[in-house]
Order: sequence, then structure tokens, then C-alpha cells
Amino acid sequence: MVLQVNGQRVSLSLEPRTSLLDALREYAGLTGTKKGCDRGSCGACTVHIDGRRVVSCLTLAARAQGKAVTTIEGLASGDDLHPMQAAFLHHDAYQCGYCTPGQIMSAVALVQEGHAGSDAEIRENMSGNICRCGAYANIVGAIRDAAGRA
Amino acid sequence: MEGFTLAQPRSLDDALAAGPQAGAKYIAGGTDLMQLAKDNVETPHHLIDIEGLLPDTISTATDGSLQLGALARMVEVATHADVRSSWPALSEALLLSASPQIRNMGTVGGNLLQRTRCGYFRDVGFSCNKRSPGSGCPAIPGESRGLGVLGVSDHCIATHPSDMPVALMAMDASLQLVSPGGGTRLVPFAEFYRLPGSTPEIETNLLPGELIVAVVVPRSASARRSRYVKVRDRASFEFAVVSAAVALEVTDGTVRNVRIAMGGVAPRPWRLSQVEAALQGRPATPESFQEAASLAGEGAVTTKDNAFKVKLMERAILRGLQLASA
Repeated sequence: MVLQVNGQRVSLSLEPRTSLLDALREYAGLTGTKKGCDRGSCGACTVHIDGRRVVSCLTLAARAQGKAVTTIEGLASGDDLHPMQAAFLHHDAYQCGYCTPGQIMSAVALVQEGHAGSDAEIRENMSGNICRCGAYANIVGAIRDAAGRA
Repeated sequence: MEGFTLAQPRSLDDALAAGPQAGAKYIAGGTDLMQLAKDNVETPHHLIDIEGLLPDTISTATDGSLQLGALARMVEVATHADVRSSWPALSEALLLSASPQIRNMGTVGGNLLQRTRCGYFRDVGFSCNKRSPGSGCPAIPGESRGLGVLGVSDHCIATHPSDMPVALMAMDASLQLVSPGGGTRLVPFAEFYRLPGSTPEIETNLLPGELIVAVVVPRSASARRSRYVKVRDRASFEFAVVSAAVALEVTDGTVRNVRIAMGGVAPRPWRLSQVEAALQGRPATPESFQEAASLAGEGAVTTKDNAFKVKLMERAILRGLQLASA
């Protein structure tokens, strides 16, 4: 099968049951996307497909063919971080960091969707991303900042 | 997860032809199926991808009714301007469903077909009459706080987890279906889901290989003033403990039309006709709302853990009536 990941063509030979998450991590060498619950509940595996945030654990890799997949590795331009990545750094919006790629992918989409109007709206629209360390306060701060209403 | 084949047919006819074969399952958004397959609760042998083969549009027909394509994504329906203004409970129910990621993936048809469930159903270490008919139900004597109190049987007390169907039940929607022979039929929403009885493994009246094409939702004054109330154990991304969809038309202070359906309490979205009857033609006042809502638990069969739901139903209906009449 052929996937389009971060603008690159990736050719893989995989079983039909392979999730997009496993295809990225185990076969395409893109380990930035994380596996948490593997059941769609935690959001650690969030990527964008055709510009929309989805959970890659519940997406079959074969069904992502012909679509544009963007992972955390595809956000920065060279050494220039995406503004959301920079905001997470600035706000120390993590502790262990395991959920962070998913949080950032979700947050980038949230801003594009126009859901950064208030802290309450940010929290509700980040409900698909769990942080076991409880870095939520700084995550909200980073998103508010990156959305340009700091 | 067991292995399976994945077919990506070019036409609806090809998909329908493959649908009835043993071990076959259609896949659209896949959020429910993949999750259950990973836990071996579902063990499909053949997946048939129906993306692109059914309508994904949201439109209004000449008679004013809303037509939701089976493949319309939950997020599209939730944020559609006409849905928001003329069927607000539908939008609210969807926005209170799942997470933004799941709403970007899940479809209208798939949301209707989310499996009724309980914790035992989702854990193959336990017996379950839905997973292996006749094996027994550990939920009834076990952990049943979240489970059903209406329409339940000695074989199963699982609840239907989706929110959107609760709103549709209060709007007298119908479903357009297509079967492998190519024949189509229109089924009233109230006749789509089955009660568990002694066959809890069969949840709907879909025929083998039959697909949902679209949902038709009539336009009405009560739907325009509809609201959805969802009570959960946490602030977001959680199934309802109890939910209520209330559609209400009031003229000159009198209830002209009212439709009430509840989620989280039964194996299917549950219509509260006795509460509706008690409101019909009555003054739209807190007193008559309270009096009618108190009938919510009529016929309830509770366990030691979920008897509290009867009171919660009453309160959710009351809140819904207050919001819809505000």
C-alpha cells in the first residue's frame, strides 16, 4: 500500500488489519505519534488526515491511502517549530511528554476549527486528549497563546 | 485483533453483493468496529469498505424535511447551520458525543449502529448473552450502575450508547434502507431497534447485508424548539448516565406538541409517551412539567446499582422541558 505522510510517498507491505498508528510507528519509522490506549480514548495517536484530526489507532492504514496524512514530524519547517510546538515549549505544557505529540496535533486542529475562543471552549475541544501527568493548565495556556489571544 | 480481508468495492451494488456473506461487516468511520475488534468482541473475517458508496450530504427536501446521508460525518451534522436552527437537539446531541477526533471520523449510519453495550460485553473474559448467546449475563447481578432500566430482559440490560438517535427519536425520524437485491424501504425510527428479549445479540431490524442510506427528519415546530440534556460521570467524552431529548411546541402558554426520548436507560432510545400524554394540552408551567416528569420511571426494572436512574430521568426531563420552553 502507498501512504502520503507529511508530503512524502511511503510504500509499505502490510496486513489489512494494520492500523495507521502501527504503520507509522512500526513500519514507516515515524515514532513521534504515540500509542496510549490503542482504543480511541486517549488521543496520544492523533494525526491529521486531509487536514482533520483523527485517532490513528482506529484508522486502518489501508483506508488512509489516497489521503494526506500529517504527523507531529510534519509540523515544523526544518528547525523552525510550528507556533503550537513553540507555545508548548514556552508554557512547559507537559511533564513526561508522552501525550504531547497528540496534544499538539489536536491543538493545531482546534485552532483551525475556530475553537480557541475561551479557556472553557479549549478544554471542551481538547477532551479527546488525556494527560496522565495532569499538565492541563499549561496545555490550555499554550493553546490560548498560540491562538493569538494570550 | 484477528486478521481479516478488506474489500474496497467500486460500486454500491458490489458492496451489497458482498454484504450478506458469513463473517462480513461493512466499515465506514470504523470507530466502534475497530475498537471492538481490537478486544475480539467483534471478529469480522471480511471488511467491506463503503466509503464513497453512499450519500454523505446534508440537505433539505422540498417538504422541508432534513435528509442526512448515512456517510455524513458526525461533525458535519453537528455544525450544519440548518440543523442548528431547525433541529437544535440533534446538533447538541452530536456535540456532546465522543471527542472531536471521533466526531471527525464517525458517520450518521455508524452512530445509529453503535453496539448496545456494557463492561461485560466489552471484556471477552466474561460470559455475555450478546457475544455468545445463552452463556449468561453477569451484569444483572454484577456491576450495573450504568445499565438499563427500561426495555431490558432477563438476558441483557445493556444500553444503547449513542446520543444522536435519542434526538432523532424525539423528532419522528425515519430511515431509508437498501438491501442486497437493490430494494429500498423506509422504516420509522421507532421500529428500527429491537428489544433484547431472549435474543440480545440482534439489535436492529436490518436484514442481512442491508445498509442505511439516509435518515429523514421531518421539520416541525417542536423540533425547532428541541433541546438535549446529557448527564455524565465526567465533564466530557463520556457516555450518558441518562440523557433526554425534548421537543416542545407551546402556543399561548399551552403545550401543543411534545416529544420526549431518553438515552442511557434502555437498549434503544426510549420514547416517554406517558410523560408526553400528561403534558399534551396542559399549561406550560413548572407545576405541569414536574407532574408529567414524575411519570418517567413507569415500568422501570432496576437493579441494586441503577435504581437512582429513575429519579435522574425525572430531573433530566424537567431540565429539558425548562430549556425548551425558555
